Amino acid sequence: MNVLIFTLVVFAGSLFAGFLGSLTGLGGGVVIVPLLTVALGVDIRYAIGASLVSVIATSSGAAAAYLKEGFTNMRVGIFLEVATTSGAILGASVATRLPGPAIEVVFGVVLLVSVYLTLSLRKLPAVGGEGLARRLRLNGSYPTPNGDVSYTPRRVPLGFGIMAGAGALSGLLGIGSGAVKVLALDQAMRLPFKVSTTTSNFMIGVTAAASAGIYLRRGFITPGLAMPVMLGVLAGSLIGARLLISARARLLRLVFAVAIFALGVEMIVAGLHL
Amino acid sequence: MIRRSDQGRWSDRAVEATMGTVLRYGVVLAAVLVAAGGVAYLFERWDHATHYSVFAGSPESLTTPAAILRGALALDPASLIALGLVVLVLTPVARVVFALLAFVEQRDRLYVIFSLIVLSVLFIGLTGHSL
Repeated sequence: MNVLIFTLVVFAGSLFAGFLGSLTGLGGGVVIVPLLTVALGVDIRYAIGASLVSVIATSSGAAAAYLKEGFTNMRVGIFLEVATTSGAILGASVATRLPGPAIEVVFGVVLLVSVYLTLSLRKLPAVGGEGLARRLRLNGSYPTPNGDVSYTPRRVPLGFGIMAGAGALSGLLGIGSGAVKVLALDQAMRLPFKVSTTTSNFMIGVTAAASAGIYLRRGFITPGLAMPVMLGVLAGSLIGARLLISARARLLRLVFAVAIFALGVEMIVAGLHL
Repeated sequence: MIRRSDQGRWSDRAVEATMGTVLRYGVVLAAVLVAAGGVAYLFERWDHATHYSVFAGSPESLTTPAAILRGALALDPASLIALGLVVLVLTPVARVVFALLAFVEQRDRLYVIFSLIVLSVLFIGLTGHSL
């Protein structure tokens, strides 16, 4: 494949990945990495380098649109970023030492777990565990047509721990790990939906930036590949964000989950040379 | 300019609105640099073969911000793309800097400290130091 054809194919795939990723809330990374490695034979280190860049593009692109509405909880974001950025540097450091096939296997396993997490939405109860959140002043409010609604996050230590794990996965695999962040914010800390999606989006970009320098230094980010991936995922996610229709979300998530599951199995098989 | 709330301090939401504008310019600038570099890159090498199946790492000239800037000023296509990517990486960092400024303005000492910790970790990562 020459550079022109390759670039066009990768751009089209990234457009699709960004579109699906934003429609389902899982992000483009989980689609683009398997697509590059399994379908196009790209080395996983180049693939996660390009993916990490697209994660930042999606985060900042979406944020520019969301921010005006006042949903992001800056205190929750900054507090949990202490965990996610530290985790990300740890994860990226591990990625620079692991052989390619090992990263592929871990990626595949994470895809399978992500599918499980998105399909089994069991929230922890919205009672108790607010003490630390009060002391850290993590409570907030968000605008609705009937005035501001206030909330207090719960189970802060659990959320912080899960976020450190999410950060490590992000640094190790070049993804936003949106599924794990939703687990912490939605299911453990019980933040309102719009607050958790926008705050998670804020953290995804900052977390990815923490490992970007390490990826760049180690030569994971190669311009010829990152170019179509970044532009494609950015365009795709902006189109997807405009089409966000909740009515079909459940069916769409199911279809997407099956596809991700298949990609996960494929990556494990490829990594293990079965 | 940032709107001030009743107490004369920056309200969280006013800071967010200003940050939205900064982010939009950052993302657009990054995308324009990547697209312009991309067109030049394709023009120059469209019929070359790709070599992404074997990991060799990017050349030295594309692995540090200083070298990338030098290359971009010389209008090297790959360096222009890389410069766009560096600008993109800085957009979330700008969000944390904005949050820090807002917390300083609100005299929220605890969150000034948290913001500084996040910025320090970001700095370590951005300079490419792995553990």
